[in-house]
Amino acid sequence: MDVSLSVRRFNPDASRPEPYFQEYGIQVEKSATVLDALIKIREEVDGTLTLRCSCRSAICGSCAMRVNGQAALACNTKVVDAVEQAGGSVVVEPAGNLEVIKDLVVDFQPFWGKVRDVEPWLQTAGPEPEQEYIAPNEDMLHLAGVMSCIMCGACVSDCTVLEVDPNFLGPAALAKAYRFVGDPRDDANAGRLSNLNEYGGVWDCTRCMQCVEACPKGVDPMGRIMALRDRAMEAGFTNSHGARHAEAFTESVEHSGRVDELRLPIKSKGGIFNVPEMLKLVPVGLRAQMKGKRPPIIHRKNPGQHNVRRIFEKVEDKR
Amino acid sequence: MKYAFYPGCVSRGAAPELFAATVEACAKLGIELDFEPMKTASCTGSGVLQEKNQRLGDTLNARTFALAERSGLPLLTICSTCQGVMSQANQRLKSDPGYLAEVNADLSEEGLEYGGNADPRHLLWVLVEDLGLDKLKSMVVRPMTGFRVAPFYGCYLVRPSSALDLDEKPERRDSLERVIEAVGAQVVDFPGKTLCCGFPILMINETNAVKMVANHTTDAKSRGADAMVTPCPLCHLNLDGYQPQASSMHAQPIDLPILHLPQMLGLALGIDPKAMRLNKHIVSTEKLLSEVAISA
Repeated sequence: MDVSLSVRRFNPDASRPEPYFQEYGIQVEKSATVLDALIKIREEVDGTLTLRCSCRSAICGSCAMRVNGQAALACNTKVVDAVEQAGGSVVVEPAGNLEVIKDLVVDFQPFWGKVRDVEPWLQTAGPEPEQEYIAPNEDMLHLAGVMSCIMCGACVSDCTVLEVDPNFLGPAALAKAYRFVGDPRDDANAGRLSNLNEYGGVWDCTRCMQCVEACPKGVDPMGRIMALRDRAMEAGFTNSHGARHAEAFTESVEHSGRVDELRLPIKSKGGIFNVPEMLKLVPVGLRAQMKGKRPPIIHRKNPGQHNVRRIFEKVEDKR
Repeated sequence: MKYAFYPGCVSRGAAPELFAATVEACAKLGIELDFEPMKTASCTGSGVLQEKNQRLGDTLNARTFALAERSGLPLLTICSTCQGVMSQANQRLKSDPGYLAEVNADLSEEGLEYGGNADPRHLLWVLVEDLGLDKLKSMVVRPMTGFRVAPFYGCYLVRPSSALDLDEKPERRDSLERVIEAVGAQVVDFPGKTLCCGFPILMINETNAVKMVANHTTDAKSRGADAMVTPCPLCHLNLDGYQPQASSMHAQPIDLPILHLPQMLGLALGIDPKAMRLNKHIVSTEKLLSEVAISA
């Protein structure tokens, strides 16, 4: 079949290095992947096209890039599907949120740095066992999904927080952190969770689910971040805007059946005595007041709220 | 067309204009909203309560679904987040009979049982799937010709695709663009339309949340948008309510009015802008309304 690919190019050695799109028209088999098409372009049309790839089987994680605006493994994406989605020329771009070195190759150094920051190795206490560390099978099952991560960076490419804040640890490193926090053999949880509770850690995720959709291996990075939040709160790390927000939100639903939007921001920011934070809320509050958008001061309970409260008691008793 | 109406917390709190506009627009469209079945329904948990306890969130949503089943009416939502959280809970409950039975055990004291047949639908989907775009077009009395509108879905109405049945119902993927066209306006496409507005981290990392507002609104504006429309009141709270901060970040006013989906419908259906509280936005809609020759 005849296909056309619109590839974003960038050559740092050009006299005026600016990214631009280049169109390539080629013939490929119906079964071809986007990676097959790119390799064909490099071998038969334009030897200067630069990309990373190795296994061609969605195992090595080298060829993550954006196809039609979304992160994917090029070797795992059929050209026919991409053409159908694009309704014309398939748009191929380098992965997002990482600096482009050349064409489709991005600099993974910050990616590895963040993975290194979560100390992705087993940290045990007590005497070493004579043979290997043993863990019960059922305690490891919940980690099977996260161990499937091939470090391709697709989740990092499409993370909406990294787009505005490069300090965020990001979905790949946080999923890796969960892999060790959730490991029954690891004894470093207090320190791990304390670090993850800091700025740039678990609370900075917006829960936008871009990483869940982008991941080619079903790792569910956001789900792992949510599990880390739960574990951090359970371990007593409750002194953060995020933990207070989750706590105050849940209390509000238990009390009245719905969110008390007037008190939620105040409680999340540490209460009315946190003067600097309260002052920051003033302009927003005033604007809302002037437009008649201030939530009611008296927050009424929903009718039949005792039934909802009973659910809270029953479910929380089980934990 | 009658629905068990689930208004959500925000339309009864910080975004009362959404509630007003929904009631007005649905009345015109012949979408009957029954308030009774959901009177005692709780918040969905919004993904926040789920951070602490997902099982608790699923039980609260199962209760809401059981209430809807008891009424015999389909459940209608007007918030992307409510819709997405419900869809995700429903997927977990329906795919695991053992889990559903455990959750039902916690509802039994109230005499409720969720049979697994609820099908919560956002108003946006109802327009496309139940009412039909041709019907909507035929009801437009004030076509928004020449009006350029950028869509903004809200994460929970686009991801995860499996919980939202996007493969089975592909018309949901571009439903907002089709509705914008149906009311006679022109779609301003931009990559941010399915990304995050930043609202969930507003109380946690305001700088990042406001940067997202700035990026999306300036991008839409630079592509020629006169306004942005969203089916999510949480996106609205951030994109409208925090646009002044986003403007100061850019050192110039962005000035992009943000409409709730039912407000856009209402304008095309000839409803008085004041009845939909279009004069109650943080970013003024006055100029916009004068351009379409409607005075607020």
